[in-house]
Amino acid sequence: MGKTLAEKILSLKSGDIVIANVDLVFLQDTTGPLAIKQFEESGLKTIAAPEKTAIFIDHAAPSPTQQTSNDHMLLRRFARETNCHIYEVGNGICHQLVAELFANPGNIIVGADSHTVTAGALCAFATGMGSTDIATAMALGKTWFRVPETFLINLSGSFRKGIYAKDLILSLIGQLGADGATYKALEFGGESLARLTMSERLTISNMVVEAGAKVGLFPSDEVTQSFLSSQGRGDSYKPLYPDADASYERIMSINLASLEPMVSFPHTVDNVHPVSEAKGIKLQQVFIGTCTNGRLEDLALAANILKGKKRYSDTRLLVAPASQQVLLQAIEKGYIHSLIESGATILPPGCAACLGLHQGVLGDGEACLSTANRNFKGRMGNPEAMIYLASPATAAASAIKGEITDPREV
Amino acid sequence: MTETVLKGKAIKLGDNISTDDIIPGRFAHLRSNLAELSKHTFEDLIPNFASRVNQGDFVVAGKNFGSGSSREHAPLVIKMSGIVAILAKSAARIFFRNAINQGLPVLLCDTDQINDGDQLEINLTEGVIRNLTSNARLTSTKMPPLMFAILKEGGLIPYIKKHKDFEL
Ligand code: SF4
Repeated sequence: MGKTLAEKILSLKSGDIVIANVDLVFLQDTTGPLAIKQFEESGLKTIAAPEKTAIFIDHAAPSPTQQTSNDHMLLRRFARETNCHIYEVGNGICHQLVAELFANPGNIIVGADSHTVTAGALCAFATGMGSTDIATAMALGKTWFRVPETFLINLSGSFRKGIYAKDLILSLIGQLGADGATYKALEFGGESLARLTMSERLTISNMVVEAGAKVGLFPSDEVTQSFLSSQGRGDSYKPLYPDADASYERIMSINLASLEPMVSFPHTVDNVHPVSEAKGIKLQQVFIGTCTNGRLEDLALAANILKGKKRYSDTRLLVAPASQQVLLQAIEKGYIHSLIESGATILPPGCAACLGLHQGVLGDGEACLSTANRNFKGRMGNPEAMIYLASPATAAASAIKGEITDPREV
Repeated sequence: MTETVLKGKAIKLGDNISTDDIIPGRFAHLRSNLAELSKHTFEDLIPNFASRVNQGDFVVAGKNFGSGSSREHAPLVIKMSGIVAILAKSAARIFFRNAINQGLPVLLCDTDQINDGDQLEINLTEGVIRNLTSNARLTSTKMPPLMFAILKEGGLIPYIKKHKDFEL
């Protein structure tokens, strides 16, 4: 019997328990301090592979509070002592930097952040864990997994105008439900794959955890190869596909041409509606950024819609590029210029307003349309606020009107 | 070492309780001060949660408990509140693993058979839950042996201290 992508990378059949060496283990600034505490408590003195260990200061960066600054100091000290990589305030969001700098096809990657699944776009078995699992993975250079069963998502057709990868993944999460793929691998296949850019794949893999999935894998193909080459890692490319006779627990099909712009309503990601049902909902804030949709293609989309137009006067527009590389390229291409002229506030590369620690906390009763991946109650710092999720195009169109707007209508 | 027979009262919650419901992200700056952080456990969902819990109680939830972020502070603050086990119809993967790593058992079972305030007796080794109030007997889904070994040692850190490595 053939193997799924997850089974190929872990080299075992689903249901088996495997102890596997990791190619990258990483922490960020809100989960890192506990991981370091657990590491120190474990009695294991050294980290297994400093060159395969990374710390990202991205969630609350620059630091908004004294306590956070002290946490950042702890992370810097640990990086100095162990000689591992550290990415500083302003470098960007961990998942974006993992994609730009580390993730290769066939890798096993674990991170102390649930959206570690993002690197599945590069055909890496990448999954999030808690601080203690990450502490032991740092110390031992390995961890344990249960090899997941796989749902195959077959993609056909092409997106119509105004519809994007975000609409696809929101629609899939709506179909599966918030726990529809718990413990499972999602694997994307079908004739549309070759047309999905790496940026789009990263958006899709990023959100599989919102249906409970452990990993969201794309095969490694020409798209992977050209992305790796563009990042100077062409040598790391290897093709990786599932076997034709792999066995899947469930097979679903989505025709991209049948999709509409989608919006997740408060307060769960799977509360997904077509944009027509959200039209007219007034917004006090629009946030474009995050590990889901803060990449160059996303900023290009938003900038093209906003160019020469103004944001609605009572709607704040926040834009946070996912990394320094994204920011620099967006400056070069003139996107930042257009966004600022339209009334956007550009935030430094990082998580920014996504989780409510700083830079864009919502007020009581305010509504925000965000390109992020989560709209849980309280997510943006205030349980009395409403968060809607959509694509960068829907976000940009909505910023112009001050209310949720179908991007095909501006 | 985790006790293998537990007795206590059920505190019943609903479906899809996220890690933001358990410990809101906006308190991330308190994560290096667990005593302070734990005062905010379930703050947006259950006012006065701390005063409702007696040491030895159980959280009993519906499906998809602990969805969302990987913050291990979620099971940690639940444990600090005096809760000794979580029962749910299903639990998010990362939360499940984090709870076990903290030595906090998570049992997956049909929690519709349990009402708020019911007295329960849980045998972890057998994975059996007896509802002493209704006399119902529930069985929970088996966890992988490695996970159970970690739980039995009281969590991943004690497990690693003892074994120095994972053992299959
Ligand atoms: S951008 Fe948001 S979802 Fe992504 S890593 Fe940062 S906080 Fe998490």
